[in-house]
Amino acid sequence: MDCCEAYASLVTSRRALLLGGASFAAWAYVPKFARATEARDPRLVVMILRGALDGLATVAPIGDPDYAALHGSIALTSGGPHPAVMLDSFFGLHPAMPQFARLYANRQAAVIHAVSTPYRDRSHFDGQDVLESGYPGPGRVQSGWLNRALEALPRGERVANALAVGPTTPLVLRGAAPTVGWAPVALPQADDDTAMRLVELYRHRDPALATALAHGLQLEKAAAGDDMKPQPGGNAVTAMRNVARGAAKLMVADDGPRIAALAFDGWDTHANEGGPVGRLALLLSGLDGAFAEFESGLGDRWRDTAIVVATEFGRTAHINGTEGTDHGTGTIALLAGGAIKGGRVISDWPSLKHASLYQGRDLAPTTDLRSVIKGVLADHLGINERVLATTVFPDSAAARPMKGLIA
Amino acid sequence: MARDFRNALVALNRFGFGARGGASGDLISAASDPRGFVKADLGRPGVTLLEVPGLQPTPELAKAVFEFQFEQKQAREAAKSATTGAATEAPPQPGAPDAGAQRRGLSLANIAQDISPKDQPVQPAANNAAPMETMQPNAAPQLNPPKPAPPLNVIQKTFRAEALARFQRASLAECGFAERLVVFWSNHFCISANKGGLARMWAGSFEREAIRPHVFGRFAEMLKAVEQHPAMLFFLDNQQSLGPDSRAGINRQRGLNENLAREIMELHTLGVNGGYSQDDVTSLARVITGWTYAGRQGQLGQPGSFVFNANAHEPGAERVLGKVYDAAGLAQGEAVLADIARHPSTAKFIATKFARHFVADDPPPALVARLQDVFTRTDGDLRLLANALVDSDEAWAAPLSKMRSPYEYLVATGRILSRVPEEPGRYLGGLNLLGQPLWSPAGPNGFPDTNAAWAAPEGMKLRLDIAAQIAAKLPDAVDPRELLELAAADAASDDTRRTIERAESRQQAMALLLMSPEFQRR
Repeated sequence: MDCCEAYASLVTSRRALLLGGASFAAWAYVPKFARATEARDPRLVVMILRGALDGLATVAPIGDPDYAALHGSIALTSGGPHPAVMLDSFFGLHPAMPQFARLYANRQAAVIHAVSTPYRDRSHFDGQDVLESGYPGPGRVQSGWLNRALEALPRGERVANALAVGPTTPLVLRGAAPTVGWAPVALPQADDDTAMRLVELYRHRDPALATALAHGLQLEKAAAGDDMKPQPGGNAVTAMRNVARGAAKLMVADDGPRIAALAFDGWDTHANEGGPVGRLALLLSGLDGAFAEFESGLGDRWRDTAIVVATEFGRTAHINGTEGTDHGTGTIALLAGGAIKGGRVISDWPSLKHASLYQGRDLAPTTDLRSVIKGVLADHLGINERVLATTVFPDSAAARPMKGLIA
Repeated sequence: MARDFRNALVALNRFGFGARGGASGDLISAASDPRGFVKADLGRPGVTLLEVPGLQPTPELAKAVFEFQFEQKQAREAAKSATTGAATEAPPQPGAPDAGAQRRGLSLANIAQDISPKDQPVQPAANNAAPMETMQPNAAPQLNPPKPAPPLNVIQKTFRAEALARFQRASLAECGFAERLVVFWSNHFCISANKGGLARMWAGSFEREAIRPHVFGRFAEMLKAVEQHPAMLFFLDNQQSLGPDSRAGINRQRGLNENLAREIMELHTLGVNGGYSQDDVTSLARVITGWTYAGRQGQLGQPGSFVFNANAHEPGAERVLGKVYDAAGLAQGEAVLADIARHPSTAKFIATKFARHFVADDPPPALVARLQDVFTRTDGDLRLLANALVDSDEAWAAPLSKMRSPYEYLVATGRILSRVPEEPGRYLGGLNLLGQPLWSPAGPNGFPDTNAAWAAPEGMKLRLDIAAQIAAKLPDAVDPRELLELAAADAASDDTRRTIERAESRQQAMALLLMSPEFQRR
């Protein structure tokens, strides 16, 4: 093919380029992606908290007689100047999360407690591999479960490219199904013609880069708009809100992505974790703000939205010598969204008695995180159990999808 | 002499920071003797050291930061007592920053301006936000753009000076292999400047003091220097860890923090499957209690210097990896580190990571085995390890399939344009934008080292936008076709050559050159 002729035949806009590129999923094409029996158009947001969230500090088992002593100076209480919000007679929610508390009261948020992936060691990076890859063990980093779930969606009901928020794609969304990335930055952009020529060069010389660049070019216009600019006064809290606001804006569009993955760092609270106020409290308030941004940004679509929040493992039940917690095992998963059958803490509580702790130090996991996620994927996106147990989460037949998470 | 341009790209791009433009002759030199060109770097005395006037040792920097923080505290207290009732305590900032905030106020025009040639009219920046804003995610709220940026504090000034010295060294290096090794080891033993003021202050001195002197020395020496450096002790909380039965532990009712001990085993030496247990981690945590740095008051030693605090050290013998260490005090931890540095798992872990960085995401097993063997036989001699890599056939035969990291891309761009930065803001901004903020990885495992991370959609788009901004400022005197001869010559594909020749403008041709596979892959 003559290159110059090829340039001339392409209409000079990126949208046209993408429509013309047969190897790419078309961004502009409106997906028919709905549960067969209902006129729903579901959205799914996965938030990965990297660093290992202290589940016992976020949703505290205040009714457990051993909790207060184990979590010591950072334990939450139901009274005092910063009381936890009691979710039921046993569990109290961290006071930095009023939005989540409100959603919970509206039955649009749920907690699953004492969960973990099948990973039982304490390396962040292996733990994140297991969490995001969906494989039973570490070291599988070629694709993530959310990407394979996309591939499992019925043909003809293809979702628009899933959205990876941030300059790199989180493992959970990496794989064969096309994804697009977006990061909250206002940029002067390369012009369309230069971009097209480069994609053309890559198609001849470097197909992997052609695919990556073409997908990267897709979202920039959709994401444009003044309220996409990062807010001043940024810190971790603002940043979490910003990325959630931007992602919601993209997802609310009729031809926008239906599925998004976000990753937030910074949960590795080895020292001075803080109790109702302090370091973890700040991070949790950022996460809380992200829920609120999704709720307001998705508007009418909120009712069809499920947000899943997961972390690689928990932290020690006993605080360490520096008012923090070291790497542990059992933790929590959070669900939020109009599609969630909320207002519940779902837990087969193992108790915090010394003999019940995993290896005498961690909250023992009683629920497989994969069951939770599989339950959402099954009932929210209609992916069948066999595919979930083989392709999406290989070798996970024993972890049956949890029923009744979706309203 | 026959010229081998394909192997010149291996020499310059896989091992180095890319060809310098102008009259450097880098590409011709590399094409004439590719291996010799790389190895010349190993023979330059002191090539890894960075001794620049104005860059100070860690204790000096500590003194400045302690004074700064003390003054801030006093100012806060003064302000507090001056106001009545309305005083609210500033909430502590989380230790880890957010990527979004780091990217605040970035201006591509600024980034581009610094990387592009300087003999052209300076464009007014499209965005007045000062680049240094990107350096202080935890700083006070950003002022509105029209207002002048607040003056830099001592921490910001120091960080920028350290960064500038590093950018200049990379821009000027002949091949850059030695400097690439510095970057590799610095990322292997990373700290994050986002941990707090001291970490930001020490990020540069940590690399100068703990990494650079040992890049051609022994692994065990680098390991010891790293784990005893105040920056690492601060980054992974060891200065807070007290032996539960030590005098300080008993008095203060505090105890262990196993953060540093775990990362020593998992990330610095043995690797996650290296054969250690939770008990080994906890034992090592006890062994290195007391490894700390002297504080502002200097009771334990010169403020900001490494000290062993016997009062905080857990007394007694410890079993680590099946061996009992009964030495008292500092010697106990040093003995454990010395053994771990020579453990077979360490040799394997380092050999694999080394080959992955330079050769391929999935490095040839025979190469890894040979590097592992060299590491073991030479007692971790890192010069011989580097030599073995350059001597291997695999490192030259493997296809140029890895992506340049954002740092390598920005440095290579400056080099081909013969540009040496005079201030660091635009490079720092570019690195933030592309997801590799200098000395600030998201976790203690450092920045990723695979194509999956750097050839991602958003990253590619941002690279293109940066390339276009740099190209937009290209003076007409620069001919991208000539730069292609300096960057790749006969190693350039016909497609790339044609794409550049047929571009509609010099500027477009320049952007395409910077984004070509020959320039992006290594």
